[in-house]
Amino acid sequence: MIVADRKPVEEIMDMVKDASSVLILGCNECVTVCEAGGKKEVAVLASTLRMSFLNQGKEVRVDERTLERQCDREYLEEVRDVADRYDAVVSLACGVGVQFMAETYPRLPVYPGVNTCFLGVTEERGLWTERCQACGQCILGQTAGICPISRCAKRLLNGPCGGSTKGKCEINPELPCAWQLIIDRLNALDRMEDYEKLMPVKDWTTDRAGGPRKVVREDVQS
Amino acid sequence: MSTKTPSTLEKVLNAGHLAVTSECGPPRGSDPEVIKKKAEMIRDHVDAINITDNQTSVTRMCSLAACIQLKLMGVEPVLQMVTRDRNRIALQSDILGAASFDIHNILCLSGDHQSFGDCSQGQNVHDLDSMQLIQTVRHMRDEGKFLGGDELKRPPQMFVGAAANPFADPFEIRVPRLAKKVAAGVEFIQTQCIFNLEKFEEWMKGVRDRGLDEKVHILAGITPFKSAGMARFMQKRVPGMDIPDHVVKRMSDTPKDKQAAEGITIAVESIQQLKECKGVHGFHVMAIEWEEKVPEIVERSGLHPRPAV
Repeated sequence: MIVADRKPVEEIMDMVKDASSVLILGCNECVTVCEAGGKKEVAVLASTLRMSFLNQGKEVRVDERTLERQCDREYLEEVRDVADRYDAVVSLACGVGVQFMAETYPRLPVYPGVNTCFLGVTEERGLWTERCQACGQCILGQTAGICPISRCAKRLLNGPCGGSTKGKCEINPELPCAWQLIIDRLNALDRMEDYEKLMPVKDWTTDRAGGPRKVVREDVQS
Repeated sequence: MSTKTPSTLEKVLNAGHLAVTSECGPPRGSDPEVIKKKAEMIRDHVDAINITDNQTSVTRMCSLAACIQLKLMGVEPVLQMVTRDRNRIALQSDILGAASFDIHNILCLSGDHQSFGDCSQGQNVHDLDSMQLIQTVRHMRDEGKFLGGDELKRPPQMFVGAAANPFADPFEIRVPRLAKKVAAGVEFIQTQCIFNLEKFEEWMKGVRDRGLDEKVHILAGITPFKSAGMARFMQKRVPGMDIPDHVVKRMSDTPKDKQAAEGITIAVESIQQLKECKGVHGFHVMAIEWEEKVPEIVERSGLHPRPAV
């Protein structure tokens, strides 16, 4: 899933300080799972904003809505009837939702309420870690199912750098060295010989380097 | 191993001599005299001088320009090149620029992570990794082609090196990792500083068992301690460094005013011992900001004068 983190309330307050009506718009998907932008967080942020405005002596209407998804047009249409009643929308969806909301309502100021971080997993409640950088050309088959692009600080494709110490990354003693994980798993799978296969120079055109990407599925378009 | 380039370092190694290289860090400014002064101190005691490439991710004068300064002095440079800061266009471009000044040695590295340096909030590149950079230089030199496949005029004539750290984890892939670099086309290796000689010999045994010492020249990395404090710092704080407690103790047990001399003696003793290690074809003396001591280390190790090739 896409993992996001809450923005400081002060930053959000600063974005909407001139509005007299604000809609806090949550998303029921990834940001709900990572507890950054679902219904609960919408309620918490809305009441915090109401109190802040009240303390400043401002009369501001702060409403709450949470959509099934903000990355699908049909769900964004659910606020069509009320969208023009607000001076600002704070979207607690990931950056995709914020952008799609802004695109759908061109005259409505839409602000991000969270920082979108990465594609990751829930390790335990309150702990999410990165697993994928969506490079568009998956190499997990060659790396024992562990991604060195997202999990190695230097995204090295052919093995650990010289800084790997006691299985940890040189930039952070708490961070597992991705290549240590790969080697351990290759060992467990009795596939150590795979390590010595040289990974060729990577084609990054399917990554950010190729510009904004798209997936076309003509078979499902009709 | 047959000689393929005009590199003096390659000639020394292929003639069967123990090679000696050292390194100079470029200044954090544009004064060429800094690099010239360092090179002047050691030029007669080494076969080639590495110029580090923004080492520890701290911004410095570029390695290529500093290598050109050496070249203008008639000193043979080893151009260190990290993949951290440049994509494949810039890397190939700099290789051609270096080749235009007849720089004949290159050391292919991934580079320290930028979080250690003065631009910790910066982006890194890592379009290629160090193995892929080795392949790139070999491709440009041997095929006379760019990575994209186009022909290039006047291919670089570079002796291709890389680093190896016998002490980083996991230890079990340290020999396979060297094998992989050899398969990528590396011709010489400069190792991480060696303080744990036993572990180094264990690694070298693995290297010999696979016959890798017949395919690549290994230069053992030597760094003299200036003080017990430096030994303790390197033991605790430098990633991938293996300094046994008895070495730190030997430095700490030495009176403060004699610690620098003791550090040099440890370096000389290490070289003496490693000279006997089959597969070690030379030494890379990294006297970090202590270049003036390189001649003494080289002389006391019996590696002076340098052979004429």
